[in-house]
Amino acid sequence: MIRRNFTKLLAGVSLATSFMGTTAMADDTMRIALVVKALGIGFFEAAAKGAEEAAAELGNVEVIYTGPTDTTAEGQIEVINSLIAQGVDAIAVSSNDTDALVPTLKKAMQRGITVISWDSGVAPEGRQVHLNPSSNPLIGNMIIKLAADHLPDGGEVALLSATTTSTNQNVWIEEMNKVMGNYPGIEVVATVYGDDLADKSYREAQGLMQSYPDLDAIIAPTSVGIVAAAQAVADAGKIGEVNVTGLGLPSEMAGAIESGASKSFAIWNPIDLGYSATMIAYQLASENAVAEPGATIEIGRMGSITLDDTNAAAMADPFVYDSSNIDQFKSIF
Amino acid sequence: MLKRLLASREVILLGAIGVLLALIATRFPGFVTPANLAGVFNDTSPLILLAVGQMIVILTKCIDLSVAANLALTGMVVSMINVAAPGLPIVVILLVAVGLGTALGMINGLLVWKLAIPPIVVTLGTMTIFRGMIFLLSDGKWVNSHEMSDAFKAFPRAQVLGLPMLSWIAIAAVILFTLVMTRTTLGRAFYAVGGNPHAATYTGLNVGKTQFWAFAISGALAGLTGYLWVSRYAVSYVDIAGGFELDVVAACVIGGISIAGGIGTVGGALLGALFLGVIKNALPVVNISPFWQLAISGSAIIIAVAFNARANREKGRIILKSAEHTA
Repeated sequence: MIRRNFTKLLAGVSLATSFMGTTAMADDTMRIALVVKALGIGFFEAAAKGAEEAAAELGNVEVIYTGPTDTTAEGQIEVINSLIAQGVDAIAVSSNDTDALVPTLKKAMQRGITVISWDSGVAPEGRQVHLNPSSNPLIGNMIIKLAADHLPDGGEVALLSATTTSTNQNVWIEEMNKVMGNYPGIEVVATVYGDDLADKSYREAQGLMQSYPDLDAIIAPTSVGIVAAAQAVADAGKIGEVNVTGLGLPSEMAGAIESGASKSFAIWNPIDLGYSATMIAYQLASENAVAEPGATIEIGRMGSITLDDTNAAAMADPFVYDSSNIDQFKSIF
Repeated sequence: MLKRLLASREVILLGAIGVLLALIATRFPGFVTPANLAGVFNDTSPLILLAVGQMIVILTKCIDLSVAANLALTGMVVSMINVAAPGLPIVVILLVAVGLGTALGMINGLLVWKLAIPPIVVTLGTMTIFRGMIFLLSDGKWVNSHEMSDAFKAFPRAQVLGLPMLSWIAIAAVILFTLVMTRTTLGRAFYAVGGNPHAATYTGLNVGKTQFWAFAISGALAGLTGYLWVSRYAVSYVDIAGGFELDVVAACVIGGISIAGGIGTVGGALLGALFLGVIKNALPVVNISPFWQLAISGSAIIIAVAFNARANREKGRIILKSAEHTA
């Protein structure tokens, strides 16, 4: 559902003009192009902010933030062709299509341009490195940690998932179960399914509170479920007794954080993502690092990443949002 | 008299709900406390409102598959209005919701009336169109709880005489439409048009126009429910109430409204909705594997319909007794 939301978000594109490099360039400045799914989307604007931060930190880097005006692969191909013509040093792309961009990106690599993908990847032959925002084990650990952090003496938690067949959610729950031993005293009493429908998720959350009067937390690793559960807890007058947590978007969860129904939740941080993508592109383009399985790449304040067999890596734990930072992010995505 | 009363569909359905509640109580006694039952009624209120509208449409031999999409579109429009003008009184929001819902219902009605397109095709089309319009209006974005004003969210939750406003609106709609269906010419016309369209035409009723009004009423109720829904769940996006039209039709069928038209009561729609509502609310607490839940609610619908079909079967009238004996 989270993926679907982003796609929906992506469809809402405001008009934006492409601004292709007419600026004169000094030879020692490295130019890194951050190509996004479409311009005018809060999530990617935030990623661009992170890229600028990385550029400022590195000093001799110019970030070109660009992308098509709608979320199509054709639009991205045009943008990338123009970047190749300009002779940028590196391209970091969040792609609209896994395969369609591959020929164009291959051409870029043949011209000596460093190519990486981030957020939404391209097939391995079309890039040198892919940066995932997080990984299944990290997410699985994070969702139970979010609940456990507010339950120092242990307690009962329940899962409110999407559908019984949602691959993402099932993998995260499986990964969560693997690390349950690290959280003594935390007991998962039930797993229910809200089918990513607001009304069914609401009803399931109500059912959980009735069936388990001592319930301390509801973990919903789905953006519809977490919002519905927070509303159900608020309506049942159980704010403070039952903490709703899991994965959600800041713009959708701001109300729940404000009311206290949710103390904290997590999702990837677009600023960190743009920052890390720029750092990786810089390290590869300046030949401080090589793109090969097992290689480690330093990414500034985010630490380092290690590439797996397909040259992909996970950036970090999902970022935790709570009352201290929700106002900053709720207008971003 | 008593025998006729006992045999009536409403009483049988009421009995079935009673048995269902008793069964649930054996597994989760807390379910049958008055407070929880009031909660179940409140949760079922949107379904009741839509089922009453759908019943009128089905009575006229039509079907309205666009109710859930109408609800979602109206819900999105009123929540966007609320974001743009948080100070607007709730009365205005309610009027806009009912007005827009009625207009959307009238589109269905006009297409059925003037162009004589089969209602299932019309409403399948408008269902998709309405959902598409939400996408265009909202750019696919959500309207979230922190963007809605407090008054906007508080209305369906406001307690009056121990029940939330949402429940009272459902009760009011049931009473109003019971009166309309039994005491007004329009109400009787719905039955006449569905029961025997040809006879209705000969008595001077305009079949298409009557169907048009049925769609308008269904739309008005869907629009009203649209506001109540987004306000209750404090979120509005393209997919809200996805697939809910099927629940609404199921509630009508369980409530004994004949898909062939002409037969059905507001009480039946109410009880059909309550039957589904009890199942939906009970399944999460009776600790049944989620993998079984869908199968159970599906079976309940089929059993109810099979039961209705049996009860509905009329014995053939023998007009020539002697001929029957000789044959």
